[in-house]
Amino acid sequence: MTRYQRRKLVNAINMTASLVVTLIGLGFLAWILGILVMKGGQHVNWSVFTEITPGPGTSGGLINAIIGSLLLTLFGVLIGTPVGVMAGTYLSEFGRHSRLSSAIRFINDVLLSAPSIVIGVFVYVILVEPMGHFSGWAGAVALAIIVIPVVVRTTETMLTLVPVQMREAAAALGAPRHVVITKVVYKAAMSGMVTGVILATARIAGETAPLLFTALNNQFWTTNMNEPMANLPVVIFQYSMSPYDDWINLAWAGALLITLSVLILNISARLLLRGSRH
Amino acid sequence: MSTEYLTPSLNMSAAVSASKEHDRLQPKHDAVRAVDNAKLRLRDLAFYYGKFKALHDINLDIPEGRVTAFIGPSGCGKSTLLRTFNRIYDLYPGQRAEGELLLDGENVISKGVDVNLLRKKVGMVFQKPTPFPMSIYDNVAFGVRLYENLSRSELDDRVHWALERAALWKEVKDKLKQSGTALSGGQQQRLCIARGIAVHPKILLLDEPTSALDPISTLKIEELIHELKDEFTIAIVTHNMQQAARVSDYTAFMYMGKLVEFDHTDLIFTNPGKRETEDYITGRFG
Repeated sequence: MTRYQRRKLVNAINMTASLVVTLIGLGFLAWILGILVMKGGQHVNWSVFTEITPGPGTSGGLINAIIGSLLLTLFGVLIGTPVGVMAGTYLSEFGRHSRLSSAIRFINDVLLSAPSIVIGVFVYVILVEPMGHFSGWAGAVALAIIVIPVVVRTTETMLTLVPVQMREAAAALGAPRHVVITKVVYKAAMSGMVTGVILATARIAGETAPLLFTALNNQFWTTNMNEPMANLPVVIFQYSMSPYDDWINLAWAGALLITLSVLILNISARLLLRGSRH
Repeated sequence: MSTEYLTPSLNMSAAVSASKEHDRLQPKHDAVRAVDNAKLRLRDLAFYYGKFKALHDINLDIPEGRVTAFIGPSGCGKSTLLRTFNRIYDLYPGQRAEGELLLDGENVISKGVDVNLLRKKVGMVFQKPTPFPMSIYDNVAFGVRLYENLSRSELDDRVHWALERAALWKEVKDKLKQSGTALSGGQQQRLCIARGIAVHPKILLLDEPTSALDPISTLKIEELIHELKDEFTIAIVTHNMQQAARVSDYTAFMYMGKLVEFDHTDLIFTNPGKRETEDYITGRFG
């Protein structure tokens, strides 16, 4: 066998192996989606979006859990994003090479990979125990703590990608530093930063563990963030372990809804990043 | 710092050689030309990157309403010198200037000077075109909005004026709302010039403004420099000697952080006073 033939053979083997591994990965994804659509699809009907979660053995919907999840996610993002953006701005614009920044980056990486149940227990200790009851706010704070490190990381990365000449050009027109950052650098990095926030949203949309210790659940309709609040992940967790068929079917429907919304968030993040490329 | 360029030629007599040597070690004595209409006066200006001294005691007068070109081999400090004029180096900790840089008599490198107001007076255009990620109109209006509170129609007029002066109006007048980043490289650079002159600076600094452009765009920028010098004092750094000869009234030749020679451009290129200048413009080094 000549060297050339050998090289072609090695190439063919590697190509095949890569293809098989890729198909295995995609296969599991398709399998998960398939089961969700099969088991959940038939139970997603009008009453899911109009009725609240039922008592044992009766039928109902998920509207209180859907609204609860939207509220918790919204406030989690609203609390976490400003903190994350400001920290990311510090890391990129003010202390790029400082010691403090290295420490912040390290701690941020630790937080990024912290198990979410630990964050749930933490918020339980600092908010739920002193307040004496579970609440939507506690849930939103727990989710915000998950959002922060993701947004810090993406903000810093996207700001660092903005060429230094752009900052010099803005400063050379007499723009003070805060104007350079807010009017020019943020604008140049905007799509990337928004993508980071969307990915963080997708990340917290399905979080269960931190909510078990904070927002818990509520079988009644409420939009009061001071009360325990229903949310899709915890409802799925509790209903799927119940002996009642109605509850198990609702859990499947909820799982499908969460997966689809995360999928939509991820796709929109992709489209946004692609649209920004010139 | 090495002083190898100071080596006298071998066929000179020792006495002549010594006096020449003396002249060359003291370039400031004959490099400062008495210019009556100086806009910017440099007196013993030095510049440091941390501990490294990049500019040595530069003495120079930049005449008002003229184009002054800075030439010299890579690393000679010509861009560094230009970047002291608007204190853009202030963005980087560890970089500092010493000496005097007198703009209309005021030393702008002293501590109390407001650098943002200085930069309003001293505009700058960079080597790589740097349009901001916003519309053409907003690019030009960016600096104006920082310092002036104009009505909509006044701002429209100013943007029109700046684009007209930058020879870009005809090409963009129907797409002012489109992104500035979608223009061609040459158009982007003229947009940056329009953005720079829109705030009515007194001095315009051009740091190798055509080195990233094609020959046609370069020609347009050079014509533009001719047009603009009535209204603005222009300082241009270029590594292209033909360009310096074409666009400038005065030329400063720099080498290893020192000002070697400064004179009328036609004199520098036809009858340079210093050996190093002659060697550089005839292409013997650099």
